[in-house]
Amino acid sequence: MAEENALLKEFTEKEYEYGWSIDIEADQLPKGLNEDIVRAISAKKNEPEWLTEWRLKAFRYWLTMEEPTWAHVKYPKIDFQDIIYYSAPKKKPEIGSLDEVDEELLATFEKLGISLEEQKRLLNVAGSNVAVDAVFDSVSVKTTFQETLREKGIIFCSFSEAVQNHPELVKKYLGSVVPYTDNYYATLNSAVFSDGSFCYIPKGVRCPMELSTYFRINAMNTGQFERTLVIADEDSYVSYLEGCTAPQRDENQLHAAVVELVALKGSEIKYSTVQNWFPGDKNGKGGIYNFVTKRGICAGDYAKISWTQVETGSAITWKYPSCILKGDNTIGEFYSVAVTNNYQQADTGTKMLHLGKNTKSTVISKGISAGKSNNSYRGLVRIGKNATNARNFSQCDSLLLSDTCGAHTFPYIECGNKTAKVEHEATTSKVGEDQIFYCNQRGLDTEQAIGLIVNGYCKEVLNKLPMEFAVEAQKLLSVSLEGSVG
Amino acid sequence: MSLLSIKNLKARVEEKDILKGFNLEVNPGEVHAIMGPNGSGKSTLASVLAGNENYEVTDGEVTFDGKDLLDMDPEVRAREGLFLAFQYPVEIPGVSNVNFMKSAVAEVRKHRGLEPLEAKDFLKFMKEKQQLVELSGNLAGRSVNEGFSGGEKKRNEIFQMAMLEPKLAILDETDSGLDIDALRIVANGVNKLKSKDNAFVVITHYQRLLDYIVPDFVHVLYNGRIVRSGTKELALELEEKGYDWIKDEVAAEA
Ligand SMILES: Nc1ncnc2c1ncn2[C@@H]1O[C@H](COP(=O)(O)OP(=O)(O)OP(=O)(O)O)[C@@H](O)[C@H]1O
Ligand SMILES: [Mg+2]
Repeated sequence: MAEENALLKEFTEKEYEYGWSIDIEADQLPKGLNEDIVRAISAKKNEPEWLTEWRLKAFRYWLTMEEPTWAHVKYPKIDFQDIIYYSAPKKKPEIGSLDEVDEELLATFEKLGISLEEQKRLLNVAGSNVAVDAVFDSVSVKTTFQETLREKGIIFCSFSEAVQNHPELVKKYLGSVVPYTDNYYATLNSAVFSDGSFCYIPKGVRCPMELSTYFRINAMNTGQFERTLVIADEDSYVSYLEGCTAPQRDENQLHAAVVELVALKGSEIKYSTVQNWFPGDKNGKGGIYNFVTKRGICAGDYAKISWTQVETGSAITWKYPSCILKGDNTIGEFYSVAVTNNYQQADTGTKMLHLGKNTKSTVISKGISAGKSNNSYRGLVRIGKNATNARNFSQCDSLLLSDTCGAHTFPYIECGNKTAKVEHEATTSKVGEDQIFYCNQRGLDTEQAIGLIVNGYCKEVLNKLPMEFAVEAQKLLSVSLEGSVG
Repeated sequence: MSLLSIKNLKARVEEKDILKGFNLEVNPGEVHAIMGPNGSGKSTLASVLAGNENYEVTDGEVTFDGKDLLDMDPEVRAREGLFLAFQYPVEIPGVSNVNFMKSAVAEVRKHRGLEPLEAKDFLKFMKEKQQLVELSGNLAGRSVNEGFSGGEKKRNEIFQMAMLEPKLAILDETDSGLDIDALRIVANGVNKLKSKDNAFVVITHYQRLLDYIVPDFVHVLYNGRIVRSGTKELALELEEKGYDWIKDEVAAEA
């Protein structure tokens, strides 16, 4: 057991594999935040007056707010005046095919093991389609497959492009799910968001490929404030994947994104995230603060939203992808794997707000903690008074890899309708010494054994990821576990 | 040269001495049966040989295929060709048997300087071995031992053994929990895998298994030592008379 502990300890001490930095000439605003900066961001992006005003309203509101302290996470106070709120690569190449991509960018993706080359290969071999809109240091660098998408009337572009080309859609839906008054970080984002992705699927259209965005945080001291808006019109379907990783940094970097999903009558949105931002070094220094607001609304009857996330990165994660089940017979799902190591802290979970009749929600959360990390599940299930026959099933499992880590579960249930049925199950277990030994006896070293066991533990969630990315996510889990032992 | 040579092996668990000077020589091509009353140390022996860290070796030497076994990590012992069919196989939820065996076979092959098998060849190989122990495709596709019946788990152990083609297999009460048909199937599997180059150490309480897997030697383990060795007739004698007479003789000798 002593050796096992030593191995487990090593697991937790693995240095971040993807640490590097890329030198792309940045065009950035000075540090700090005030109305001028907000106006400057808006001006740089050539935004219409209403959007500038919206940003300013958000900024003024933000000034009246307090940073929240209720999450089970600890971090030094953030100096919001010490952050650069806008930074963009100077060149913004227009690219029609994969091989026209900036070489440095390609190299970056290759380091991540999720190169565009691989995407291309996937395309040819499996006939699978992945459209990538790479958000590189706040601004979209490239968009592929526009043609195929355009034929179907699907809009998939950077947020800034959407503001220019589809202002009516942006104006109608921006802030409709996450209003600018929502919470401290979402409000900040509303004031200063730099870019992000926009997606609109027209009525009755089934998006023929996975839509995918890779986020990277690059320039020093650059806060990331992405804004994503996905709208599925009636009876449409879309599967969207967001995957990210970041270079190694000494100073903590704030990331406060907002994702809004709107699912109209009979439509379905599947939103998957693979998150691998720099978690800080083994002493808890550096790493990304990931304070994200993600929310979807099933606005019309029979709509469905599912969130699937695999979270292995960030120093601090504060994130609750949520569903507002407004229409009757709507469905909300949340499948999550959160891995924490070293001094990482995660407070994550979901909110399922049942408003319509016969609404159904499912929550499956798998927390894996190692080292001295803290992993909390926080979930709210609220059944409104008109939500007749609402159903919820929640299952929260925690797996501990060390004696020094923490796993916590905070389930909140508010039931306003007596026909509702809400079930909550929770388990906590330690990775079994006997399981590891069994694997050892079959020739697998302890590192591989833990990789296998953890992947098996998360299978229910990994299975929900789109095929193309399930393998990648598995790889990521194993990679983050790899160093943890041996 | 013997395949496995155990000299004066002493081991303890939780401050308690279990093996108290254990000796055994196993040559390629041989089948050894180890019998003995409950708690005499049979599974402890198996655990120590497999490298379970809960068991502390306090004295003695073990060489396996000419190498110092006690010096190797458990996974290296496995890759060197030592296999243990567990008395109580563990479940690994969510990890498919196929995936598990793919990783294990790849490791063993790597250790022998071989490339991993192509997916197609691997599946063919797996199917072959599955048939050998009549393990249904359904079980092979499920998570490792998860929800398997006692007998199914035992059969899965033999299946894994067939996949890994060890030089030495230790079967710890693989027969217990098996119905008559399964017992015959498992024994047939072992007999088909038996060759002049490999060896088996079969731990059992029942003579019945030894009707199918005929041992070259039968040893009685009692109180941490081998107190009697003989041929298969010894097993018959034990079946008939129990262990008391041996215990008495040991007491008298002491
Ligand atoms: N992990 C352990 N912790 C404490 N005691 C142990 C442990 N493992 C074995 N023992 C003790 O060591 C002794 C030998 O156990 P062992 O399992 O080797 O017996 P066995 O011969 O295999 O018995 P059986 O025929 O019942 O399987 C027993 O007294 C048992 O309680
Ligand atoms: Mg035993």
